[in-house]
Amino acid sequence: MTALIALVVRDLRLAVRVGGGAFVGVLFFLAVVVVMPFAIGPDLNLLRRIGPAILWIGALLASLLALDRLFAQDQEDGTLDLLLTARTPLELVAAAKGLAHWIATGLPLVLAAPVLSLLLNLEPLAIGAVVLTLLVGTPALTFIGLVGAALAVTLRRGGLLVAVLILPLSIPILIFGISASNAAVTGGLPFGAPFTILCALSLGSLVLGPIAAGAAIRAGLD
Amino acid sequence: MALIDLANPTRFLAFARAAIPIAGVLAAGLLAVGIYLAFFVAPEDYQQGATVRILYIHVPSAWLGMACYVVMTLSALGTLVWKHPLADVSQKAAAPIGAAFTLLCLVTGALWGRPMWGTYWVWDARLTSTLVLLLIYLGLIALWRTVEDPGRAGRAAAVLTLVGAVNIPIIKFSVDWWNTLHQPTSVIRLGGPTIHSSILTPLLIMAIGATALFVALHLSAMRNEILRRRVRTLRILAAQRGATA
Amino acid sequence: MPSPCRLVGERLTCERGGREVFRDVSFSLDGGRTLALVGPNGAGKSSLLRLIAGLVRPAAGTLTLEGGDGELSVGEQAHYLGHLDALKPALTVAENLDFWIAALGGDSGLSRDDALDRVALGKLAELPAQYLSAGQRRRLALARLLVVHRPLWLLDEPTTALDVASQGRLFELIAAHLAAGGLVVAATHQPLALAYDELRLAGDTVS
Repeated sequence: MTALIALVVRDLRLAVRVGGGAFVGVLFFLAVVVVMPFAIGPDLNLLRRIGPAILWIGALLASLLALDRLFAQDQEDGTLDLLLTARTPLELVAAAKGLAHWIATGLPLVLAAPVLSLLLNLEPLAIGAVVLTLLVGTPALTFIGLVGAALAVTLRRGGLLVAVLILPLSIPILIFGISASNAAVTGGLPFGAPFTILCALSLGSLVLGPIAAGAAIRAGLD
Repeated sequence: MALIDLANPTRFLAFARAAIPIAGVLAAGLLAVGIYLAFFVAPEDYQQGATVRILYIHVPSAWLGMACYVVMTLSALGTLVWKHPLADVSQKAAAPIGAAFTLLCLVTGALWGRPMWGTYWVWDARLTSTLVLLLIYLGLIALWRTVEDPGRAGRAAAVLTLVGAVNIPIIKFSVDWWNTLHQPTSVIRLGGPTIHSSILTPLLIMAIGATALFVALHLSAMRNEILRRRVRTLRILAAQRGATA
Repeated sequence: MPSPCRLVGERLTCERGGREVFRDVSFSLDGGRTLALVGPNGAGKSSLLRLIAGLVRPAAGTLTLEGGDGELSVGEQAHYLGHLDALKPALTVAENLDFWIAALGGDSGLSRDDALDRVALGKLAELPAQYLSAGQRRRLALARLLVVHRPLWLLDEPTTALDVASQGRLFELIAAHLAAGGLVVAATHQPLALAYDELRLAGDTVS
């Protein structure tokens, strides 16, 4: 347990001290949201209707693009080798790194979402729904992304490839996250059903992600 | 004092020690008078009521948000062309201040817009350009935070700042074009045909006060950056001395 | 003191990237002894160390640490000191070491400060690791072997980047480890300044 806490604390310290992490993620999120109206047009009614979708796409891209260096960095400086000789199961190591990564980059996205919602003219109820669905959904994005980050170690290629591998896997989260948010915006559909499924997906990925990531790293040993 | 004399960081620190209190006191005095005039003396607008008073903060911060980029552009030229040793310090110090004023401008604009337009934000050309300026500032700050070596970060940021300086008018033009193309919700334009002196005087005092505040903050930030680099040098020396010990 | 261990490798074969690095390598190493892996570049010295550490899967053969903890793999009872120092430049010297104390797990050895003093980094504990020279980084990596007790040390070119004084200190540390019944496997180009058994990897699959 101390090993996992130490790992989380270390990754958070690095995220704070080394530029790039959380700050750039939020900045990317902001940039995506700002650029959207240039493509769609400044019609506030339209933006209000598709606002949740814009925020979700922004959060999805921001959390995916931040992921590719998660294990690769530890591999390049030799840390990953030593973590493999540590007495903590690799799956738990992956889970701890995922948790630290979510706190450092996922949580700031959730916190930035209300401010960005104002740019899209969302109603208070819709803002609440988007923040709540992102709070539940971004851990799922991070933990599914763990698999891609682990594969990046094996492939010695990061960046776009990770996003390409992971985007299809994150479709269910996107579907239920946005339909839950939209339910709160339009009021026609029930909020509970898609939101519950989103929670289930999130919990499932918390288990599946680290196991798959551990397997991917082990498979990458040569 | 000639600019070349300030090139020596030690001499700059001496200058900053003298100049920061003067600029700070000036800023505090002018802003106090300006805020008093703006909130208690200046008349309310017959249409906008008391919300018009937000403009006394909004307009100076908008002005400084842009002026700061001019300072950064000149500093970037100083880094790349004249190789002035303090130019990249000045540039790095200016970026967060510019971002803060731009953010202040956007926030006060949103607070003003809420009663005027019924919403915090509209994708009006002027607002949108300001938001893009904020993005550019934040990107530059991220660049400095990401690159470890101050010299390399300074040159990279200088290139990006200059590209931005060329690009900002183009961005402004494109956003204007995009906006008129779409004809958004009608926007009440600021300022009538004439501004009455009872409004103009506090506005000018606020603007000068905010400029003094910028000077004080900028010099302090430059001093901090110089000291931060000295700490870095001392640490490298400490590591080397540790190696021989 | 725990009963002395014995490391036995039998007919180990290693393949990497479809290429056979070595075949049918057997050795046994008693507690308190050092095994030096020698041979030309590409003979598989590093690969054998990584294989013992569990970072490379053997294509054939068995590896056991007799007298060790049966619950743990050989790698989990070994310290691996590879070419990379596994340091985070943004963390201080002390934070780097504290992390490895907590992360590696198992029986604790020296305290953090004692270990730093032993590798002559005590004065630099609060300095971020980014300011360290290559030799200092190497010594900080060595301190890791002292703060957590593990019977088997796997050292890949341990003298790299170390000056003569630091090399002397390294051999003192190794001697102390051996005296306590530990085992050392080291890949090296230069002869080690202590008594050792030699395992020659011919690299004949290449030549």
